[in-house]
Amino acid sequence: MSAQGTTPSPPMQQDKVLTIFERSKAGRRAAQIPDADVPETPLEELIPAKLLRSEAPRLPEVAEPEIVRHYNRLSRRNFDLDSGFYPLGSCTMKHNPRLNERVAALPGHARLHPGQEPRRAQGALELMWLLQESLSEICGLPHVSLQPSAGSHGELAGLLLTRAFHEDRGVERTKVLTPDTAHGTNPASVTMAGYEVVKVATNEAGGVDMDDLRAKVSEDVACLMLTNPNTLGVFDENIEEMARLIHEVGGTLYYDGANLNAVMGKSRPGDMGFDIVHVNLHKSFSQPHGGGGPGAGPIAVSERIEPFLPRPQVVRRESSGNGSGPSHFFDLDLDRPKSIGRLRGFQGNFGVFVRSYAYILSLGGDGLTEASETAVLNANYLKARLAQGRAGEQLPVAFDRHCMHEFVLSGAPMKRNLGIKTLDLAKRLLDHGYHPPTVYFPLLVDEALMVEPTETETKETLDGFADAVDQILAEAAEDPEVAQNAPYSTPVRRLDEVKATRQPVVRQPLDEG
Amino acid sequence: MLAQIGVDSVGDLFEQIPEAVRLGRPLDLPDGRSEAEVYELLSALAARNADAESETCFLGAGMYDHYVPAIVDAITQRSEFLTPYTPYQPEISQGGLQVMFEFQTAMSELTALPLSSAGLYEGPSSVASAGYLAMAATKRRRFVVSRTVHPHSRETLATYSQGYGAETCEVGIADGLTDASALAEAVDDETAAIFLQSPNFLGAVEDVEELGEAARAHGALVIVATDPMTLGVLRPPGECGADVAVGEGQPLGNRLDYGGPSFGFFCAREEHIRRMPGRIAGETEDVDGRRGFVLALQTREQHIRREKATHNICTAQALNALGAMVHLTWLGRQGYRELGELLVRRTEYARQKLGAVDGVGLLHTAPVAREFAVTVDAPVDRVLDFCAERGVAAGYPLGRDYREYDAGLLVAITERRTREEIDRLADVLGEAVKATGSRVPEEAAA
Repeated sequence: MSAQGTTPSPPMQQDKVLTIFERSKAGRRAAQIPDADVPETPLEELIPAKLLRSEAPRLPEVAEPEIVRHYNRLSRRNFDLDSGFYPLGSCTMKHNPRLNERVAALPGHARLHPGQEPRRAQGALELMWLLQESLSEICGLPHVSLQPSAGSHGELAGLLLTRAFHEDRGVERTKVLTPDTAHGTNPASVTMAGYEVVKVATNEAGGVDMDDLRAKVSEDVACLMLTNPNTLGVFDENIEEMARLIHEVGGTLYYDGANLNAVMGKSRPGDMGFDIVHVNLHKSFSQPHGGGGPGAGPIAVSERIEPFLPRPQVVRRESSGNGSGPSHFFDLDLDRPKSIGRLRGFQGNFGVFVRSYAYILSLGGDGLTEASETAVLNANYLKARLAQGRAGEQLPVAFDRHCMHEFVLSGAPMKRNLGIKTLDLAKRLLDHGYHPPTVYFPLLVDEALMVEPTETETKETLDGFADAVDQILAEAAEDPEVAQNAPYSTPVRRLDEVKATRQPVVRQPLDEG
Repeated sequence: MLAQIGVDSVGDLFEQIPEAVRLGRPLDLPDGRSEAEVYELLSALAARNADAESETCFLGAGMYDHYVPAIVDAITQRSEFLTPYTPYQPEISQGGLQVMFEFQTAMSELTALPLSSAGLYEGPSSVASAGYLAMAATKRRRFVVSRTVHPHSRETLATYSQGYGAETCEVGIADGLTDASALAEAVDDETAAIFLQSPNFLGAVEDVEELGEAARAHGALVIVATDPMTLGVLRPPGECGADVAVGEGQPLGNRLDYGGPSFGFFCAREEHIRRMPGRIAGETEDVDGRRGFVLALQTREQHIRREKATHNICTAQALNALGAMVHLTWLGRQGYRELGELLVRRTEYARQKLGAVDGVGLLHTAPVAREFAVTVDAPVDRVLDFCAERGVAAGYPLGRDYREYDAGLLVAITERRTREEIDRLADVLGEAVKATGSRVPEEAAA
């Protein structure tokens, strides 16, 4: 797609936007409900009238062809990874192999009830155990719980584990250290876990400021939460020293695995000294993102944290028996007296486990290592390619060194010299058919732009993106208003977000009856 | 590419990792495999599970074997819904944002509460999130929880409470329902919220309005977990005085998947709008006056507010909520109600049928909607094994979660469970009790 300027509205913008509720016509329907085939007793004879609903909820009344058209029309108003480059930093938007969807949909997985007796769910439990073993090897930590439903759920789990660990030793701790570059979920999780957030500064190399850390480490510190490589895409070289400092005062070290895609097969959080790691299966392990989930955030932990892991835990047990059957079986271990307890119902997002295990099987150990190598190669190439053009001056790298799987640019010079902000650049990229990088994060970089290309992109795609950025910068030098008013070619243009928050309309108003 | 970067090898890029923390050996995992091989391996594992396709499934306890219409798969598998991230760039995410808005409308209709979030992880953690909201709303730290609430929800609430520092008091059960007088006694001026579930874990329909009076008298919130497949016929939480309605969304458009991914719903009264957890889509306009949707009220959220956020949730279950929205639309207003009626009538039929079997009794006589509890005069494990060998998953053993109900079995009905299947369950269960009640049969001993 080329620059549009102010050409006539594309066809999608002429669609009248109606919700499915506004397409409803009384009496229309899609589903045929089976006959009950049992006595048609009036409901009031079965359930007291005061507990019954008088009017059916006003769900849409639409026939199947129109339902299909409605949602197909909506789908075309989304940009997706299968349509184009999606270098959203910290989100690891890598290709989602379709095999994984196929195996997750096998009836033995998709129609397995979570309350099934473990002896009749041996395939599922074995798969979970195998995934635990694989993640344990990748993270370099001996024990894994698959239960948390997403990264932030894993963080909460990790902090509750930390709390249980300290309480078990009879010590009370109040503070959790997080670098000022941390993902927003980190401090939010700290609050939910009942701890106080203490921010640690960043040094000129993009790592943790060791003097600031030393000043803040004390017997009050329950935990240090880090991601390494961090959100600047920089591997913190002082990691061993940090681990030593925290362990010296008896704290735990938590690893936010959002950036694990950079180091698979290269370096392991467990070997760096971390006690608890969460892994985003919807990032490094290719679970499709679904427009905001589902995901899963398994945690891997060290020996000293293991007793506190959530229950149930999937375990492999040796068979007692007479030696005629298999030598082992898989089970759900509920007898965990020191456990923090459940974080959710049943056994976790099993469908996600199937997809991610299929991904691990497909790539194998070498393949995962190669994925990280290529992710880092792609990021460094794109960084270098951008630096060669106008971005070198207008969008400099925040910390100029080799990056890992992502890098952060600062749009401050661009804003000063050309009069366009990072937001304008992002919106103009939409007209070029790209999803923009993460914007305005991390917070300590002015006008930040965080770029993560992932390993599943070609050199041609990276070149195309670098050229588009260059074109936008050239265009802005001529006429900044083009970017300032972008986008032009999308289903809608810039939206009034303030109005949506000041006078919130969060559901469709419906007529009575 | 290396020349452009100015290094000789990819290895050079990893030099920034200190020697001491490099792995220095290959990962100890098997080599990669072809697509066909991976399919075969996983297919072989799947075949070792007794799923609802290979046996007749009467298991419920929060997740149910409903028919998921083909249209749900067709729409949720579209790349445009399957592969985007959270809609941070609204101009190119209108499809997903509008789905959220429609979903919020549908859940608001179902629960009769004005606000709905765009979806949380799943049921029990949504209950725990409601506790967090109640603490923020009341500045109190005590929860009163009925023992008829799903045991996983109660345990999850307890887990979360260790973090945010709440204490929990449980209230007992009388004939399948929350003990109303014990509840009234347990609520005091320090109570942030009471937690109820209807239909409750034993299948019984609670009188939420009456139970809630004690809470209202003390300024505590009423939090109700509910089953979204029953709200076509049961009086919705919003009409019974609930402040917050939450629950497991799986029955709507989501597969069993051995427990997930599904989604949790979270609906509340207007005054909680700035305390809601999770994403919320809101309607607005673009610069040209076109209707559009954005993530609204983001100042509640972790990526803006960090440690002051109302919740830490980021990635949740957008695709699963889409499945629910498509399923609800496919059912439509009439179909949704008819399905609810069918569940109530078939459940009544099944309850009578099973209650008449020798050696099987009703665990309680309270009204039920889609699930009911029986007792069997034989060891439950052996009864279940006997039935499983005959291709019937007869129910969920209550003894897993309630010591006092170790002879109890929870039996769930969906539109997939025909009258013939229910009749067969009664026959097989009767045989099972006979075979396992007085002596140890060969099958179970093996």
